[in-house]
Amino acid sequence: MNFPWLTTLMVVPLIGAVIVALLPRGRDALAKQIALVFSFAVLALTVVMALQFSADSAERFQFVESHPWIPAFGISYAVGIDGISLVLIALAAVLVPIVIIAGWNDVDSGSRGTVKGYFALILVLETLMIGVFAATDVFLFYVFFEVMLVPTYFLIGRFGGPQRSYAAVKFLIYSLVGGLFMLAALIGLYVASAQLTGTGTFDFAALVGLDISPDLQKWLFLGFFLAFAVKAPLWPFHTWLPDAAAEAKPGTSVLLIGVLDKVGTFGMIRYCLEIFPAASEFYAPIVIALALIGIFYGALLALRQHDMKRLFAYSSMSHFGFITLGIFVFTSQGQSGSVVYMVAHGLSTAALFLTAGFLMARAHGSSLISDYSGVNKTAPVLAGFFLVAALSSLALPGMVSFIGEFLVLLGAFERYIWVGAVATVGIVITAAYVLRLYQKSMTGPLKPGLEGMRDLGGREVLALAPIAVLTIVLGFFPAPLTNVINPAVDRVMTTVGATDPAPTVPSAGLPAEGSDQ
Amino acid sequence: MSRMPLIDPVLPAFTTPSINYYAIAPILIVFGAAVVSVLVEAFVPRRGRRVTQLVLVIASIVAAFAVTLDLRGTRLVTGEGAIAVDGPTLVMWGALLLISLLAAFLMAERTIDPLGDAFAARASSLPGSEDERQFAARGYLQTEVWPFLLFALTGMLAFVAANDLLMMFVALEVMSLPLYLLAGMARRRRLLSQEAALKYFLLGAFSSAFFLYGAALIYGYSGSIGFVAISDTLTAKTAEGSLLAIGLALLMVGLLFKVAAVPFHQWTPDVYQGAPSPVTGFMAATVKIAAFGAILRLLYVAFGGMRWDWQPMLWIIAALTMLVGSIIAITQSDMKRMLAYSSIAQAGFILVGVIVATPQGLGASLFYLIAYGFTTIGMFAVIMMVRNASGEATSLAEWRGLGRKSPLVAGVFSLFLLSLAGIPLTSGFVGKFAVFAAAIDAGAVWLVIIGVVASIIAAFFYVRVVVLMHFADPTEETASVAIPSAFTTVTLTAATVMTIALGIFPQWLLDVIEQAGVFIR
Repeated sequence: MNFPWLTTLMVVPLIGAVIVALLPRGRDALAKQIALVFSFAVLALTVVMALQFSADSAERFQFVESHPWIPAFGISYAVGIDGISLVLIALAAVLVPIVIIAGWNDVDSGSRGTVKGYFALILVLETLMIGVFAATDVFLFYVFFEVMLVPTYFLIGRFGGPQRSYAAVKFLIYSLVGGLFMLAALIGLYVASAQLTGTGTFDFAALVGLDISPDLQKWLFLGFFLAFAVKAPLWPFHTWLPDAAAEAKPGTSVLLIGVLDKVGTFGMIRYCLEIFPAASEFYAPIVIALALIGIFYGALLALRQHDMKRLFAYSSMSHFGFITLGIFVFTSQGQSGSVVYMVAHGLSTAALFLTAGFLMARAHGSSLISDYSGVNKTAPVLAGFFLVAALSSLALPGMVSFIGEFLVLLGAFERYIWVGAVATVGIVITAAYVLRLYQKSMTGPLKPGLEGMRDLGGREVLALAPIAVLTIVLGFFPAPLTNVINPAVDRVMTTVGATDPAPTVPSAGLPAEGSDQ
Repeated sequence: MSRMPLIDPVLPAFTTPSINYYAIAPILIVFGAAVVSVLVEAFVPRRGRRVTQLVLVIASIVAAFAVTLDLRGTRLVTGEGAIAVDGPTLVMWGALLLISLLAAFLMAERTIDPLGDAFAARASSLPGSEDERQFAARGYLQTEVWPFLLFALTGMLAFVAANDLLMMFVALEVMSLPLYLLAGMARRRRLLSQEAALKYFLLGAFSSAFFLYGAALIYGYSGSIGFVAISDTLTAKTAEGSLLAIGLALLMVGLLFKVAAVPFHQWTPDVYQGAPSPVTGFMAATVKIAAFGAILRLLYVAFGGMRWDWQPMLWIIAALTMLVGSIIAITQSDMKRMLAYSSIAQAGFILVGVIVATPQGLGASLFYLIAYGFTTIGMFAVIMMVRNASGEATSLAEWRGLGRKSPLVAGVFSLFLLSLAGIPLTSGFVGKFAVFAAAIDAGAVWLVIIGVVASIIAAFFYVRVVVLMHFADPTEETASVAIPSAFTTVTLTAATVMTIALGIFPQWLLDVIEQAGVFIR
């Protein structure tokens, strides 16, 4: 396979972004069309690439490209994907066109930035999202990780709500702080590799093979983990998320929470676990504790929110707790579940934010839950999609999120029964706030003032339908996901040196836990 | 022997010092051009003076650069051990010459200010006096900035090549004296400028005196002023002399003053603010290179044997410099003062690379200095262009919403700011990375952690300016961007290209530095 698939995937949206940015002012419709065409081109390329991906290949990474970049520091432009990165790249490739369709009229007069600016930034972000998941050079990963902040920052700060500037700066400062600690650890890792092997390197495979002393691992792990914990976000590094989510455009929030934040959990499973196995084991109890706190903290706060977007943000935080939990229980079910959950959460977040965005666009942009009630009477299709999104968020069996959540809990039970038991309680709270949201906003008597609300139009259905279809189809038939994820996760488990505990709990009892809800 | 003859009857053969003139030709060319430049000021008719000076400056710098290129691979000590021409010297010469050329272009800029270039028509006349008014009214113009520029450059070139304490002191003074004068030559806000010059001169003279005293003490300890001889004495003598410790400390006071390390940084904000912007840019970029070049050679060649003694002291200074510079920069409301504190913080980052005293540290420091130099000269080019009715608009409030009015200029300035903040894909990031990697390799982990914390603080104020320019709405106060002539455009373009090129493809410069090797002993 010599065709540079991954580079092509990164270059295509970038070209689109440049074309869109260079369009003369006033050609807004053309800008949107070009952006859409390029995002579909990326999606098509991704599908073609995914079809050539061989799930049970013996190679660690496929579609590998490697060129020296800064040889003086052992840095190369090296990309390649395994099953985990493949599904996340696919998630990005699916969500970008959806966001473009859904946000067709989001940016118009009244916004600070230009229309073409918004769509160009989204395409730039797509390049970086693909790059960050495809990088197999740790330095290259770091570069994508940091540079990603720039378009995100502009997307929030230019196109968001009234407090956008504050939210954008808060987001940026949190991420920069995390990123700089990662930089310190990255330099430390480089020096360690130079001292252990004679030549410093950033090549992922070479770093995995290093025999770093456990003490040093603990320090380096912290640097990386901090950056990922801010990104993911884990409690207590999460406070930027509700602000950013509340101020950003729905489309930005989808990309931010649905894809970008996955870089945090992706980084944990790819980098923290594999490069620092001893430290990961050492810190696992603390991380699991943080994850559990996050599950409950996020869920309880979500229960108390009056603002839909903030509710989604806290709910995401709770979900990220599950994902992190699955990674750090060191069982193959747990980790596979986490990766499936990352994809599922991307889809459900997209559905929630976009539906809420459509809803808000019909009621003067208010995101207060109390401003809505009885919407299902005037806009049944909208309410229907909202219900699907809500059920997907609470992981109803039959939705892909159920597969993820179930596997995570199964993995947790396998390792520590009490952790699994505690985490399961979180699901109940999730069900409570999601259903409460649906009940308050969509059912009941129609709120005065909402009488004339239009139902979803064709464009809006076009944006939401693929998400709903994917959520349900993958929920019943998750094999396309799990087939590529499982071998990758097994490899992670082998690298880390963890083995699944022998099943001592009768497995028949477990499915009941998940389907209780 | 009853009495000594006053004069030895047989004179010992006087050996003339052997000098490899070609090896020091870059210094000589610039120095010769400086002398000619004085004559041009005196004898060439007023009409042709500026053009003649400009041609002379550009030609001499280009010639010196060509010779420097031709000298690559040279590795020798000449002038009886006073001057060392080796890889690091040549790299720094190249950087100094290129950046000075860009600075010269800024000094030549006459389009953006309706009154002319950035310099007083006659700096010696009293501000606001009849003398000044008449001189200006007749359209007279003195051009002494050009000889000053060349003399200062001569001093810098000699400074980084100096291989004994006397040469170093002479070079220090040749570099500094024209700079003191240049700082006082602003056309607008002349009192501020002259105050800055006086402050710079007084404190600079003090620090030079410290340096000289230190040199004397070191001579007392080792019996020599040559770096190699000092180093040999260090290894030969086992007893620690207090002369040595105090002498080195005093030398470092003199040199750290020039790079504006804490606690010798107090002059920086005033001088940066008061001096004409082309001079500030020139000074900020080149003096850092020259003075750090001198510090590197002094510490590596002469005092490398006692690094365990000076390292702890410099660790503290580096940590303080990074933190104080970054923290105080946050509170600034004037662009030039903010950049002054930013330069202090940057000096701290460079010090981290200097202190580790390994070949990696040397290479990293050189890279950082060059990257910083080009970015800095570009920043001051932008500052020259952002103006209101009364001249340059340096108050941060006047930069609000600049990105709306002039997206390109604000974008370029943001690039420079992000480079200084150390964001990946800019030259500043590669520099920081190299310096921190060298420091961790040498075991200075805590220093790097402090450096990272300082970077975070610094990132805050750099990003704040980016936000101010791009996200705030323009107000009545917001300055406008003057359209510059080709001179400034060239400088700005070169600085932008270097900031991006060294950020994305730094390998070629790293190779050049790698091949340059270490200091000759």
